[in-house]
Amino acid sequence: MHRSEKHREYWRKNLRITTILLLVWFLVTFVPIYWAKEFNAVSFFGWPLGFYMGAQGSLIVYVVVIWLYARIMDGLDRKYGVHEEE
Amino acid sequence: MTVPGHSQSQFYSQLKRYYSFYTVGFVAFVILVAILEQMGVPNRILGYLFLLATIALYAGIGVMSRTADVAEYYVAGRRVPALFNGMATGADWMSAASFIGMAGSLYFGGYQGLAFVMGWTGGYVLVALLLAPYLRKFGQFTIPDFLGARYGGHFARSVGVAGAIIASFVYVVAQIYGVGIITSRFVGLQLEIGVFVGLAGILVCSFLGGMRAVTWTQVAQYIILILAYMIPVVMMSIKVTGVPIPQAVYGGVLEKIGEREEVLFVDAKEVEVRNIYLTHAAGFEEKIKALPASLDGERQRLTRKVSDLKSTNADAREISAAERALAQLPATPGAAKEAWTRARVGAEASARTPTPHAEAHPGKDEKASRVARNNFIALVVCLMVGTASLPHILMRYYTTSSVREARHSVFWSLFFIFLLYFTAPALAVLVKYEVYNNLVGTAISHLPAWIASWGKVGLVKVADINGDGILQLAELALNTDVIVLATPEIAGLPYVISGLVAAGGLAAALSTADGLLLTIANALSHDVYYKMIDPHASTQRRLVVSKSLLLVVAVIAAYVASLKPDNILFLVGLAFSLAAATFFPALVCGVFWSRANKWGAVLGMLAGLGITLYYAMITHPFFGGGMKAGWFDIQPISAGIFGIPVGFVVLIVVSLMTSAPEREVQDLVEHVRYPSLEDDFATRGT
Repeated sequence: MHRSEKHREYWRKNLRITTILLLVWFLVTFVPIYWAKEFNAVSFFGWPLGFYMGAQGSLIVYVVVIWLYARIMDGLDRKYGVHEEE
Repeated sequence: MTVPGHSQSQFYSQLKRYYSFYTVGFVAFVILVAILEQMGVPNRILGYLFLLATIALYAGIGVMSRTADVAEYYVAGRRVPALFNGMATGADWMSAASFIGMAGSLYFGGYQGLAFVMGWTGGYVLVALLLAPYLRKFGQFTIPDFLGARYGGHFARSVGVAGAIIASFVYVVAQIYGVGIITSRFVGLQLEIGVFVGLAGILVCSFLGGMRAVTWTQVAQYIILILAYMIPVVMMSIKVTGVPIPQAVYGGVLEKIGEREEVLFVDAKEVEVRNIYLTHAAGFEEKIKALPASLDGERQRLTRKVSDLKSTNADAREISAAERALAQLPATPGAAKEAWTRARVGAEASARTPTPHAEAHPGKDEKASRVARNNFIALVVCLMVGTASLPHILMRYYTTSSVREARHSVFWSLFFIFLLYFTAPALAVLVKYEVYNNLVGTAISHLPAWIASWGKVGLVKVADINGDGILQLAELALNTDVIVLATPEIAGLPYVISGLVAAGGLAAALSTADGLLLTIANALSHDVYYKMIDPHASTQRRLVVSKSLLLVVAVIAAYVASLKPDNILFLVGLAFSLAAATFFPALVCGVFWSRANKWGAVLGMLAGLGITLYYAMITHPFFGGGMKAGWFDIQPISAGIFGIPVGFVVLIVVSLMTSAPEREVQDLVEHVRYPSLEDDFATRGT
């Protein structure tokens, strides 16, 4: 099976989106953990920021990342004609 | 409930209508029980009502969803809408430990406990980006199915089956044990009987309808568990802060706890109590050193005490207490060493100054703090990657109607899980505020009623160590589970809410147990029996085999749970590391690296599993190991931090050293990467 250039481009774009979103995931997870003491010196509506990220902030970003991925890929599927029939 | 509609959208609106009615009906039921309570019906009866009504409900859904169709049995007909699959995954995911134990772990661990909150949510990013859409396109029945097709043959499939069974079995035992605990606490059943009641609750829905019944039951269970979790926390928040949105306002409460901690931790009375515990610990240490002579001495001392009391005509209660102490004295020096070591460790824990709630990576010095941080990171990695590798979760994404729906379904899954997980830290902080401000410093004779009621079942212990008649923080010992279980009473709510919490915990445990049991039975019936032993088996025969195995596995799991295994929580934690190291490299490379081949995958899986098990064995006392043998001071629960990279490296190196996979495999990789192709071939399971 030979994939057209268009298909390859779809996959490359998917990889790029996946990489960027994984990077976001990595940063909001491990930066606030590694520097938690420094983050905790900052107060965020009463929460120490390091604590806030672990309890809420990072979690909200995770939900948004997954939502964005689903939205972007919907568009990409249609643009490259690999979407499914409903 | 699962009557096929004319189209997917009709089916969807039908489901929405059913579950709206259902939710309203459930709320009406709770109100009815509340009225019964006001009329004076005893708590025990109310507890039974909740237990029986919810199990009957799940059984009803199970019977309505019975099926004799293979695709319905294994993957619910592949037409579960994203939103509902999200709820089902939420219930599947959130276990008894999440529902009852998590807030307690956060109460005691403070910041350290957040590793679980982050790990058990962040893992869904990996599921969404790296696995769910591709597995859905592949679209068969089990995770070993994918390994078998992608890595050519029975070898990879068998390793997958073994991994799936090991990881799921310890987990399902923990759930059934959880059901036993809930039923024994709320309706006073014996734990062993409670376990088998739970077993019945699990079997009624999975036995008749497989994945189809489990899916629709899990949606119903999610609705109960989230209501049961939210209502008491919101009430608690109103009590403490006056605002009904705990998640938005507990930052201020946390600040006040911080101020209170500064006073409380250095309070003279607290220090006094902690010092008394230190002397207790030293006393036990001495007795252990002087074994076996100290045991005889202790026996003589107690015997003399009993006879002295009797000869002086002392109070009957005093005599029976002394007699009980004598009877409970360990029989052998070995048993004495064990018991006294436990007592010493307990006294040492009570003697320790607590850590401020929000303090990150606590440790007595720079090095200890660094070790705490490394362990936090390792645990988060293992929990996240483990989440993305647990077969009972990944399997759920086979049930959606399309790749697009699978992507959206992961979003809904995390959204519904997030609702509980971002509430748990708020609950922990609110309860801590109550304990630090209103409980500590109260006269022992005037403690609130919940202390006595949970003290009766041994979840709360109060001891006036320094004899001043006032409760010090160090004199209060709370069990982790009590934080969630006692919240309704702390917030001053009627018993009906306690019953609701029990029903929620039950829903959490049953739904997870269902998903796990199905995973194990399917691995055995579909992967081992149908794919490897008898590929010509008829549909009817396959379902008979599958259901019989389900029954057998369930009974074995319930039997193991009734033995009350001590280390079950450690084993569950280890299940994440094991699943992560076994499955993650093979699954991800299976999609993203077409050069990955059979030998790379098989050896990678075995190496990952092997290293993880090896590390857990040399470091955990359960296997006779100790932390002295550890690498970089990493705790055994995070053993996967070594297994995951080893799995990846072995997979890559071995794949490159052996020949590239065949044409068909490369075609399969291409196939799963695009949601729809003109020359698509069918990989759907039949």
